[in-house]
Amino acid sequence: MTAVATAVATDDLRVAECYQCGKCTAGCPVAGRMDRMPNQIVRMVQTGDTEGAMRAGAIWECVSCQTCTTRCPKTVDCAGVMDLLRQLSAERPSPEQARHHTILFQHAFLNNIRRHGRLNELELVGMFKAAVVTKDLDVPFLFKDALLAPRMMQRGKLKLVGGSVRDRAVVGRIFDRCLRGTDA
Amino acid sequence: MDIGYYPGCALHGTSNDYEQSARACLEALGVGLKEVNDWICCGATAAHSINHRLSVALPARNLALAERDGFGEVLAPCPMCSMELLKASDLMKSDGKLRQEMGRIVELDFNGRTEVLNLIQAFQKVGLDSIKAAVKRPLEGLKAACYYGCLLTRPPETLRFDDCERPSSMEAVVAALGGSAVEWNYKTECCGAGMTLANTDIVLELSHKILTNAAAHGANCVVVACPMCHVNLDMKQADIEKRYGVRHGMTIYYLSDLVGRALGLSDEALGIDRHFVYGG
Repeated sequence: MTAVATAVATDDLRVAECYQCGKCTAGCPVAGRMDRMPNQIVRMVQTGDTEGAMRAGAIWECVSCQTCTTRCPKTVDCAGVMDLLRQLSAERPSPEQARHHTILFQHAFLNNIRRHGRLNELELVGMFKAAVVTKDLDVPFLFKDALLAPRMMQRGKLKLVGGSVRDRAVVGRIFDRCLRGTDA
Repeated sequence: MDIGYYPGCALHGTSNDYEQSARACLEALGVGLKEVNDWICCGATAAHSINHRLSVALPARNLALAERDGFGEVLAPCPMCSMELLKASDLMKSDGKLRQEMGRIVELDFNGRTEVLNLIQAFQKVGLDSIKAAVKRPLEGLKAACYYGCLLTRPPETLRFDDCERPSSMEAVVAALGGSAVEWNYKTECCGAGMTLANTDIVLELSHKILTNAAAHGANCVVVACPMCHVNLDMKQADIEKRYGVRHGMTIYYLSDLVGRALGLSDEALGIDRHFVYGG
């Protein structure tokens, strides 16, 4: 995203309106886990420190529950700010960022639907676990939840082969156009 | 009456018990679900976290497919899906340039002719009076904590459904079935949603709080209309109990489970017997 595009997006999210009442942070279910509070993140973007906000671990703790946006008295789209920062951050992968499992998961998720058109859950679990183990050398993580698989299978909740759409080629073209930023 | 149906990935995967339940009880009410032809994933949290255009394009393709199939209404029982479909629809309706651009990206035109429904709205379309009249086994003794979570009502400008801080539409359905609902505090708190795998600890903490509050207010079950809420509260309940050293033993129903039961359908027909916490 160019600097101009980022500025337009920040404008659309009404970041300039924030007067630091802190209501976003008060209602956030995961604020206790964040290194920067939601109102601090909005302030950083407001004052032009988008780089600093992008580096905050908080953006990968956010669960996108929309409570902050819903309750903001100045209609600042705080959850949208979190999305924007994640999008900007995803454009520039860094070793620091890979510490956050959430981004590895989101990338594995998108790669999965790009290939099949629909989510193939078992493959997603495998790819995500492989990514975490490769980055963190966390071998026990590979076997976490392993006991869940047979219990899911028993309940008919785990399919070994996921569904695919017939026109997978169009899904690939949609991804290409969106990620390239063109419509042709 | 037949309506369009957008299952989304969850209902064709881990949450196939939700699909079974919704199909069975709507069929009993005379509503057939016709799947949108060759639907694709809505992109969910991954798309809106990584690439904005993708988060509009994937739902846009599905809306256009539903239109191509001629559906006036499409049921999307997953609130993540229905929120993404509604958000993309609003964006394209208010911005003609974006609509044209999306038409080129997804290779189909969007004209905004299809209405997106959540599960509760599907029951409202049938009519609560009709449902009440069809009840064969009133849900006596049921004390439900109706749990809405995030995306059934938030953000309210997009969802335009119920009261985003104190919703009551599920309680109205439960009342029509002869059951009762408790007052409690966590109706619209987040369960951790799609973080089940990526950030499990968040899910265990938030879902533990929800189950604890429901029990403290006298609920004997929690009712949801979302596949992710069900996964976190039901499938992960054993992990929550282990992590916090407590015993919840709380049954989690999809709203369609309760409607189906009241209509006289069996637990097996609704897939309730496939839940992780199953007390019969």
